[in-house]
Amino acid sequence: MAYGYYPGCSLHSTAKEYSMSLKAVCRKLNIELNEVEDWNCCGATPAHTTKEELGVALAYSNLVNASKQGLDNVLAPCAACYNRLKNASYAASHSPLLEKRMNELTGGKVEHDIKVFNILEFFRDIYGQDNLKTAIQKPLSGFNVACYYGCLLVRPSKVVNFDDPEDPQSMDELVNLLGAHAVEWSCKTECCGGSHAIPETDIVLELGRRIFSSAQSQGAQMIAVACPLCQANLDMRQEQINKKYKTDFKMPVVYITQLLGLALGIPSAELGLNSHFVSTQELAKI
Amino acid sequence: MQLKLDNNVSQFADEIEALSGLNLYDCYQCGKCSAGCPVSQFTQESPTRLIRLIQLNQKETVLNSKTPYLCASCSTCSERCPMEIDVAKVMETVRILASREGVKPAVKEVVNFSGAFLDSVKSNGRLFEFGMTISFNLRNRTPLKDAMLGPVMLQKGKLGLFPQSIKNKEKIKNIFNNSSYFEPKEEKKEH
Ligand code: SF4
Ligand code: SF4
Repeated sequence: MAYGYYPGCSLHSTAKEYSMSLKAVCRKLNIELNEVEDWNCCGATPAHTTKEELGVALAYSNLVNASKQGLDNVLAPCAACYNRLKNASYAASHSPLLEKRMNELTGGKVEHDIKVFNILEFFRDIYGQDNLKTAIQKPLSGFNVACYYGCLLVRPSKVVNFDDPEDPQSMDELVNLLGAHAVEWSCKTECCGGSHAIPETDIVLELGRRIFSSAQSQGAQMIAVACPLCQANLDMRQEQINKKYKTDFKMPVVYITQLLGLALGIPSAELGLNSHFVSTQELAKI
Repeated sequence: MQLKLDNNVSQFADEIEALSGLNLYDCYQCGKCSAGCPVSQFTQESPTRLIRLIQLNQKETVLNSKTPYLCASCSTCSERCPMEIDVAKVMETVRILASREGVKPAVKEVVNFSGAFLDSVKSNGRLFEFGMTISFNLRNRTPLKDAMLGPVMLQKGKLGLFPQSIKNKEKIKNIFNNSSYFEPKEEKKEH
């Protein structure tokens, strides 16, 4: 099986373990990923909050490239990229005027319908839960996981049209399928302040504190994510949160693809489990 | 705060509608957007209040508010609004309008961050995180901010030391140079 693939900037740098684990999982499952040729940055939050058209055009430009390549679908593992690509495709398909502007700005056209998938959608709807089930070699039994979706995967629901915006289930189902236990908790879709990680660190520390205390109070041993911004924010800043609020969180923040990889029997080193700030030792022992 | 009400039609709400297509007269101040907003506790004007100020034609106060800059674009407000107002888009619209009108940003760090980010994308087509962080810190005159994270990230191989560049830089240049502040709107609704 071959699918279009849009890595986005973070999978090429700060989220290297996301990219490593995704690739290892795909190799194991015989999924071929065709990178969108000459892709560019989707613009993330800075573009659409600076100039509305810029935010759409940067994302749209990648759909133009994907269309040229004849790709019918594109997997965007980064939740922010996923959100921006979905937004561009939604905006253009709802406004002929905007579509025309996008064609002018990007000097190209999206000739056919391209479906953009996030990672949870991809494994649930494309690869299929039944197929995954049969591939599991080492069930992750005994682990309590808080599934953290954040905002960009599920909102705005009108645009992304994926799972429930208040109480999504897709990652919980996947985690349970892998043999671990997805806990019930209240911060599944609370924002971590990702876009403010650098400029407004104080806000981010408070939002992170709330997320960790909710996960901890529900007995979670780790947080699973599907977004490089959430991962970086929660993993890198955990020590600062502990220092500021005199807390003692030691909660690994792992990518869902890392959990998937472990359950498929892939060695932890191939999944980048050694590159986290908060130790993932317990998991690596599996 | 003193409110100046010249007439009962808010030019500012109409202006926002012309730019974004959002009708803010629909808001009846239920407060649901603010209740779920992760940043409203850090700001003076909650989303509900900001919209009320727009209805009351308080353009200057709104364009100088910190709220649109601290907004994390999480869309919780838009998702929950019973009147289906895209409140997150109101935040974005106010911010873009302030910039277009040359209003000094109420939270300069956020604007500096966006600037550093976009400069990096404009020159290479992709974000060069390492370079962007340094450029942000210089713009902000906080050269050592988050400096302790850098070495660990380098050691863990999480920071590329060199920018990646795309082939079709002309396209990116065209997008940056010719994008307008606001998207074209199909038609204007009458109240
Ligand atoms: S949720 Fe909607 S109607 Fe309620 S205060 Fe906010 S914008 Fe107004
Ligand atoms: S999008 Fe902005 S205003 Fe709306 S809830 Fe999120 S942070 Fe608050």
